[in-house]
Amino acid sequence: MIRLPLVLFFSAVLFSTGVYGVLARRNAVLVLMSIELMLNAVNVNLVAFSQFWHDITGQVFALFVIAVAAAEVGIGLAIVILIYRNRETINVDEVNLLKW
Amino acid sequence: MLAQFLIHPPIQLGPIGPELVLTGTAIVVLLGAAFNPRIGHSTLLLVSLLGLAGAALVSIGLWDWGGELTVLAGMVATDRFAVVARLILLGIAAMGLVYGYHYFRRSGEARAEFYPLVLFATAGMTLIAAAADLILVFLALEILSLSLYVLTGISARLSSVEGSMKYFLLGAFSSAFFLYGVAMAYGATGSTRLSAIAHALAGQTGSLGLALAAVAFLGIGFGFKVAAVPFHMWTPDVYQGAPTPVTAFMAAGTKVAAFAALIRVLETSFQPLTLDWTPLVWTIAAVTVVAGSLIAIAQTDIKRMLAYSSIAHAGFVLIALTAAGQDGISAALFYLLAYALMVLGAFGVVMLVSARGEGRTSLASYAGLYRRSRLLAGLLTLFLLSLAGIPPTAGFIAKVNVFRAAVAAGHWPLVLVGVLASVVAAFFYIRVMVLMYMQEPQDDAEPDRSPWPRVAVAVPAVLTLLFGVFPGIVLGVLDKAAILRW
Repeated sequence: MIRLPLVLFFSAVLFSTGVYGVLARRNAVLVLMSIELMLNAVNVNLVAFSQFWHDITGQVFALFVIAVAAAEVGIGLAIVILIYRNRETINVDEVNLLKW
Repeated sequence: MLAQFLIHPPIQLGPIGPELVLTGTAIVVLLGAAFNPRIGHSTLLLVSLLGLAGAALVSIGLWDWGGELTVLAGMVATDRFAVVARLILLGIAAMGLVYGYHYFRRSGEARAEFYPLVLFATAGMTLIAAAADLILVFLALEILSLSLYVLTGISARLSSVEGSMKYFLLGAFSSAFFLYGVAMAYGATGSTRLSAIAHALAGQTGSLGLALAAVAFLGIGFGFKVAAVPFHMWTPDVYQGAPTPVTAFMAAGTKVAAFAALIRVLETSFQPLTLDWTPLVWTIAAVTVVAGSLIAIAQTDIKRMLAYSSIAHAGFVLIALTAAGQDGISAALFYLLAYALMVLGAFGVVMLVSARGEGRTSLASYAGLYRRSRLLAGLLTLFLLSLAGIPPTAGFIAKVNVFRAAVAAGHWPLVLVGVLASVVAAFFYIRVMVLMYMQEPQDDAEPDRSPWPRVAVAVPAVLTLLFGVFPGIVLGVLDKAAILRW
């Protein structure tokens, strides 16, 4: 059996990779994928804790997260397509009509 | 082991009645518009408003709920806090629908999806106010967020789509942080139920390190949703880009809903850690009021200015949260009510001055507004005075309550920061008034003169004055609602 700290470390690395991706990537689709990475890090955590506590809640929650992530990607890609039709680009730095 | 799965909890749908009514109405409106494209938008508006009224009646019926504290396997709380938060949110949604009906008809972008999306977002908002389990908090947060991402981009204008994308990317980013916090809380205590988390933390059976990490990550997630500095970057872009009625609805609604959830999470599940999270909230509150007020001065667009002002107001609600307990919650609820009224009113006036679409939202368009429309200038003055916290408006009473609660809890340095920030904030509110009354109009563009939207904008104005002069009529109710039962 895999020890809990090891799993937590793995999910922390996964989550950090996602955060880095969101902050560093300029392509909206890649940003979206990085967010998915973060959500999957959460799922790993939830399942690991579920195993640790011998409690089913964490696994049920992970299913909820997967479902919501799918909905989120649906809306996210729709918005990206809308941007692309308007601007011919999905680079988040070039979408800068609004600024202070 | 198997028996554990076979025991299913008794199902009591009463406490989620308002949400059932809302989603039911939303589906009816959605299908009605899909199967009969020629259906008049006034019919859709009417059905939606009836749905909101029905949900409000069901909520009021829950005021004297005598049953269990939480139902549906501990998912939904049945306390009066949820009832009051729901009623405020339903009122906000009604205003948003009326504004939107008028705005999109005038701008020629009328879309039937607007009504069901607002209703779905409202269902998420009211559900989050009653959520007693972190799973439900997350689900409700996503219901309201996903609806709002679409609503922000509902107009074909590029700035609307751009605002939608920024809102989506940062919103999804913050949801991931929120979820990571939930996972940490689950890991620390073995449960996602708020009451079970509180018991585990009070009994020291959980891991303190994980619990503190949970507070931090949940704080980041909520910080994004309530637009607290330093998680506020999306606010001005989204508020400016979204169509004005959507801005009004989400500025008021998201803030009330997210704060309701934040209050419940902090005051129930993490109540044993109050000493640990208070300094965190203290710092964020101080930074938020100061930064929000200072950056607002530099704005040249009224929607951006109001966005930064809403950031500063989030800071004031956070000040109320540092005073834990009934006083703090009651002060926060009144502040949220007053904030919702004045922000709905202010964006309503912005919508009418802009006349059609988003044409004139720069501050320069407000020069000499008094010459062009005395009524709109007067109404905006009232809302700005309330936002600045000047008597006899609800904004003043709200600030006094917040400061009193914080001083009673011993946080007078924070109150000092808050008072100084209000003085700074008064500058940019009064600057708009000076523009309206003391300068010549720069263009002779006519503001929107339709009668009904003016009546709609007058409603928050009357309530702002009423709650400013006779706060007692709601304070009693709010005090009764400020006790979280779990």
